[in-house]
Amino acid sequence: MAGQTPKSLAAIANLKRMSEDLTDYEVHIEIIDLQKDPQLAKVDQIVAVPTLVRRLPPPMRKIIGDLSNEEKVLIGLNIRDRGTR
Amino acid sequence: MSKDLPKAQTGIEGFDEITQGGLPRGRPTLIVGGPGSGKTLLSMEFLVNGAMKYGEPGVFFSFEETEDELAQNVASLGFNIKALKEGNMLAIDHVKIEAAEIVETGDYDLEGLFVRLGYAIDSVKAKRVVLDTIESIFSTFGNTVILRSELRRLFRFLKEKGVTAVITGEKGENTLTRDGLEEYVSDAVIVLDNRVIGNIATRRMRIIKYRGSSHGSNEYPFLIDENGFSMLPVTSLGLDAKVTDERISTGILDLDAMLGGKGYFRSSTVLITGQAGTGKTSFGMEFVRAACESGKRSLFITFEESPDQVVRNMRAIGIELQPFVKRGLLRIRADRPTSYGLEMHLATIHKLVRDFRPDVVVIDPISSLMSIGEEAEIRSTLVRLADYLKMSGITSLFTDLKHAEQPRESSMISSLVDTWIFLESIESNGESDRILHLVKSRGMAHSNQIREFHITSKGIELIPPYVGPAGVFTGSARYAQEAKERAEEVIRAEEFDRLKAALEQQREVLESQIEAQRAEFANKEADLQRRIEAENRRKEAIESSRRHMRIMRTNSSKRGD
Repeated sequence: MAGQTPKSLAAIANLKRMSEDLTDYEVHIEIIDLQKDPQLAKVDQIVAVPTLVRRLPPPMRKIIGDLSNEEKVLIGLNIRDRGTR
Repeated sequence: MSKDLPKAQTGIEGFDEITQGGLPRGRPTLIVGGPGSGKTLLSMEFLVNGAMKYGEPGVFFSFEETEDELAQNVASLGFNIKALKEGNMLAIDHVKIEAAEIVETGDYDLEGLFVRLGYAIDSVKAKRVVLDTIESIFSTFGNTVILRSELRRLFRFLKEKGVTAVITGEKGENTLTRDGLEEYVSDAVIVLDNRVIGNIATRRMRIIKYRGSSHGSNEYPFLIDENGFSMLPVTSLGLDAKVTDERISTGILDLDAMLGGKGYFRSSTVLITGQAGTGKTSFGMEFVRAACESGKRSLFITFEESPDQVVRNMRAIGIELQPFVKRGLLRIRADRPTSYGLEMHLATIHKLVRDFRPDVVVIDPISSLMSIGEEAEIRSTLVRLADYLKMSGITSLFTDLKHAEQPRESSMISSLVDTWIFLESIESNGESDRILHLVKSRGMAHSNQIREFHITSKGIELIPPYVGPAGVFTGSARYAQEAKERAEEVIRAEEFDRLKAALEQQREVLESQIEAQRAEFANKEADLQRRIEAENRRKEAIESSRRHMRIMRTNSSKRGD
């Protein structure tokens, strides 16, 4: 995120909610505010905001947006395959 | 071109001239071109020069190349990116966006990019920014509505930061740029072209738009070589050139004398035309030799021979060039006319001049360029070249090959040169004589003569002119004429003598005739005299006999017989 914008706050809220449902997984969430640490944008190659970066397991995934589309988020995180429940 | 608009110099010679100062300061300029057209290079040079020449730090955001790739690409041009980074004059960020990694799940913006950009700008206090090529984001992020609004925001952001920005874009097929960047950047738009026409590659730059001025659709040729961007500057038509009185020797003393005693004017343009074999190159080389001997630098550009051939040919006429080459006073550059396009030739010459800084430039022959362009094109580029050389204080000499069928004294640039010499070989009496005609020479009283010359093993020698009543003669015809006149004199003298003698003879004859007649007359006179005397004697005799008879008659009558 980059500052407390409505999009970012929505994303955080959505993320928190989803992670509560993912009881089978060990979830670590790190929230980085680029306004506070701008140099990290380069390190993590962040362009769009908000971006959810899935570091582990590889491959790395960048899920951008306010995460309002839960289905897409889970597919993007490889937690749910397309076509499965 | 508006002079009120503040500009940021690019430091690329020719470019700053053409744009009268560089890019519009504090505003974005769009540079469009196909792959390999030089966009990245131009933008990088803008930053590097900004940092090194003008003390303006810069930020380079690369969307396609990594930092290492960039550094490598420009290292060969002498740009030391690493040093500039360490000196905090340059900040580079490689924005890597891999579409495969990204999933869009709702509303977002590109604030991450802004953060990075702002951070980089602040870190070096940048005055210049390059985004190369931001069009990449169009292929990564699918939401064009968001993209559009973010791009607009980006350019506002850049303007607020007060940086002079360069944005590069790919050439589109039907639109100027592939993704329509020109919508957002409307202050200045430059297109770079790398066209191949019939095996000849030419790079051209066009200024489509430049806020605050109207710009023609002129195309400017440029070169990219080991020193970066290089453009042939546009010059005003030499009307601002400094006028100088200084002279520079032609290399031939008698020719210097013909030109008012001292030679060509410095910074003037000399043209030598003539058919093949008339000695044009030799004249050019005498000029070069004299220049080098006096410590000046000469650049000799040939389109017809190799440097070795040139050295060899000149050695045969007593001009030894190798020492000058060794001492760095002479550079001989040989190019085939068809190697590149016209503009590239001229851009190359321009670059050679810039690097070598000669006092004298000889181009032999300009007619070779006819094979690679239309006459009008060639003429206009030669005009620009001649002006550029003149304004740089360089004395230039062009040779031009004439063909037999062409009018005797014509050349496509004769009207703009200061001195024009025409060389000719004349056949007469089975011999070939060389003549030189000083057709024109601006700014000095010139002898306006036709002079004969020889090319000997000691170079070019002019022969003192012969002017007789029958016009100007050369060579053996001249000697013959001189002999003829001498002979005529002799004949006249002999004729006179003869007449005298004849007269004398006539007098003698006359006198002897007179003498003869007088003698005859005298004879006749004598004859007559004798006759008279004889007549007198006869009369006397008759008289005497008559007297005698009278006496006898008288005597007889007395006796009365």
